[in-house]
Amino acid sequence: MRERVPVWLVVPVVIGLVFLLAPVVALVQRAPWSELGHELASGPVRTALRLSLVTSLAATVLAMVLGVPLAWVLARSEWRLLRLVRAVTLLPLVLPPVVGGVALLLALGSRGLIGQWLDRTFGLTLPFTTAGAVVAELFVALPFAVVTVEAGLRAVDRRLEEAAATLGAGPWRRFWRVSMPLAAPSLAAGAALCGARALGEFGATITFAGNLPGRTQTLPLAVYLELQTRPEVAVLLSLVLLTVSVVVLVALRGRWVGLGRP
Amino acid sequence: MRRVAATAVLAATLASCAGPRPGGHATVFAASSLTEAFAALARAARPGRGISITFDFAGSQQLAAQLEQGAPADVVAAADRATLEGLRRAGRLAGAPVAFATNRLEIVVRHGNPARVTSLADLARTGLKVVLADPRVPAGGYAAQALAHAGAVVHPVSLEDNVKSVVTKVGLGEADAGIAYVTDVPAAGGEVTGVAVAERDQVVATYTAAILKDAPHPGPARSFLAFVRSPAGQAVLQRFGFGPP
Amino acid sequence: MTLAASLSVRRGPLRLAVDIEVGEGEVAAVLGPNGAGKSTMLAAVAGLLPIGEGRVVLDGKVLEDTALGTRLSPQRRPVGVVFQERRLFPHLSVLDNVAFGLRTRGEGRATARRRAEEWLARLGLTELAGGRPEQLSGGQAQLAALARALATKPRLLLLDEPLAALDVATRAEVRRELVRHLRSFAGTRLLVTHDPLEAMALADRLLVLEEGRIVQSGTPADVRERPRSRYAADLVGVNLFRGRARAGVVELPSGGRIVVAGAGVGEVFAVVHPRSVALHRQDPEGSPRNVWRATAERVDVEGDRVRVLLGGSVPLVAEVTPAAADELRLAEGGPVWATVKATEVVAYPA
Repeated sequence: MRERVPVWLVVPVVIGLVFLLAPVVALVQRAPWSELGHELASGPVRTALRLSLVTSLAATVLAMVLGVPLAWVLARSEWRLLRLVRAVTLLPLVLPPVVGGVALLLALGSRGLIGQWLDRTFGLTLPFTTAGAVVAELFVALPFAVVTVEAGLRAVDRRLEEAAATLGAGPWRRFWRVSMPLAAPSLAAGAALCGARALGEFGATITFAGNLPGRTQTLPLAVYLELQTRPEVAVLLSLVLLTVSVVVLVALRGRWVGLGRP
Repeated sequence: MRRVAATAVLAATLASCAGPRPGGHATVFAASSLTEAFAALARAARPGRGISITFDFAGSQQLAAQLEQGAPADVVAAADRATLEGLRRAGRLAGAPVAFATNRLEIVVRHGNPARVTSLADLARTGLKVVLADPRVPAGGYAAQALAHAGAVVHPVSLEDNVKSVVTKVGLGEADAGIAYVTDVPAAGGEVTGVAVAERDQVVATYTAAILKDAPHPGPARSFLAFVRSPAGQAVLQRFGFGPP
Repeated sequence: MTLAASLSVRRGPLRLAVDIEVGEGEVAAVLGPNGAGKSTMLAAVAGLLPIGEGRVVLDGKVLEDTALGTRLSPQRRPVGVVFQERRLFPHLSVLDNVAFGLRTRGEGRATARRRAEEWLARLGLTELAGGRPEQLSGGQAQLAALARALATKPRLLLLDEPLAALDVATRAEVRRELVRHLRSFAGTRLLVTHDPLEAMALADRLLVLEEGRIVQSGTPADVRERPRSRYAADLVGVNLFRGRARAGVVELPSGGRIVVAGAGVGEVFAVVHPRSVALHRQDPEGSPRNVWRATAERVDVEGDRVRVLLGGSVPLVAEVTPAAADELRLAEGGPVWATVKATEVVAYPA
């Protein structure tokens, strides 16, 4: 039966849509489009954009490498500690990003829990480096990868894996030849969400990695700083970020974001 | 950007519970380097004039941006003249800015000075992790001036958006050294110590303040500003290391 | 190629305990109602379910032995399974589906595909090789699943209700193909089904499974002519009684008595075909040695027959022609006399 939208739902729906659209429309409308070309060609904007793309890409790759096994464990295993594992993986979602940054400093900073050891053994320090920016973005984006891929893995029909077993496929093969291909859409969605989140990260980045053009000044940081002196440029940078987000959303087309098939 | 509303609002609430509040309430936007001093001034202003203050501490440039976006405030106090000049030209001030204090730069290093930094020139050493405030922040601008005068070419590892963050990063041990105000070092506690900047390279920062044109509480605002400029207020500022205007 | 499986599995409310042997060249079918444990048994033999206690030996090789603590995982067992829902991999082409088992065994892609093509050809599915499983009809998918299982040349082929998911029209066709390929399969073959037609058509030996236990084992003819359980009797469509035979009379626990020619002595089953039951309005005189007063509890018209459920000391289902039913003026709840000739009762030891 085709449902007509009940009248009483229309009001909140309209309010909600306006609320979400208004900032976007304002952004697009107030942007100094004439300066777009000039600013994009200029060094600082290009640098920040390039850095952002590089760091978010790296963070996404790492998030998938770490996230897929985590998702597998959450979807398939029967550990008693599973609830704890899940809570831990979702922690960055509920933690304010700046708090996340502080926590990262305490753990991975030069005098941090693990950071000390990294420095002593490998001479590796993360704060103030591009790698540090990647780590900050990875921290906040990882849960997105885990949650999305877990949902995808859960949806894989176990009976197909049983059939594969009767055809001689061991656990490793079943994972790569059956489960993963069938969960592939969720992997793509997870990566996209992850990338978008990583691209937009601010609080953890500025706290943990610092702010230096070309090395750690990602696009959101550039927006924040420009806003204080040249708001028009900030608006333009925001547009760039907005465009990327829209592209991601369109690519996802509602799949695996809890919306089912559109 | 730091809100120390907790301290001030708590003080204000307690004050309002304690007795009558004839002086009223004011919102003060102040440069982050004024954090401790202004909080003390607010506490001192409370019993005498009955004023309660809510603060917004941030880099001066950030404050200006917020005010430009229409943030409601009564008083603005910046770590330079330029910020308020800009606001005055934009017609946001009720009167002319007044200078109320000065500050000087200091090199900030970790407690015990493990990196053995003794001058601005040392900051140019390779391998030393130096943190500065972003040039858009007054402290960053002053630091750049001082370094230029000393002929030291420094490659900072980060440009923080307010001077307090500079001190924090050094205090956490993430950076080896930074340039901040002399008033910031004691405020940070035992984690950091200061290394004097040579007098010839020193930059004097003039702090200016003004009442905002559309201040919601002009009375208490004027009261507070007057207190800041009074001998009692100046004494408090000097206790924190600020110089006279 | 023989299978000897003696196992007990507990799964929810079901307690399965069976001891079966499938011999060389035999096609065995486990027949039973839903919930009897057929699929559980199959899954246990395939290694997809753990056995509570027991032993599975295929061609002398121990696949599982709980006493010794040995268990081969399903991928290590030379067993092929054709599932009721087929379970073809949706992300692979039909050809790659069939080739899957060969690839897992280490064959190169080209060789595996070639062999898969041969199998598809044998099953008449060549044109569908490049398509996806979702494009196949039910019957085609079933045959593709069969090809996939056969391609690995397993030593034991398990089929789980292979025709159940098909509509009646396709069923006959696929059944024919299935018979053909089962005949030519070199290994042991075991299938489970709830459809007697399927069982009779495909198997050499039937094992009747009821509530987790094998209650009868024999050729289809055996089961047809001498059912040993209510379920089997219902399948075949006969009346089954169990009682004590003495001097040509079988005494039922309910008190009824059936006169049988040549019953022997001891615990026996007695079978009466519904059509052997004659119905009368009054107590008839004459040759039938079995005469019972009964109540026509239910009268169902089924096409060109009328089935009457009779209650009484010897509860029976009788089948008469509509004409006869009219003549009797049968009414539900009405009294009726049922007679069966002693020679038309078959009795055999229980």
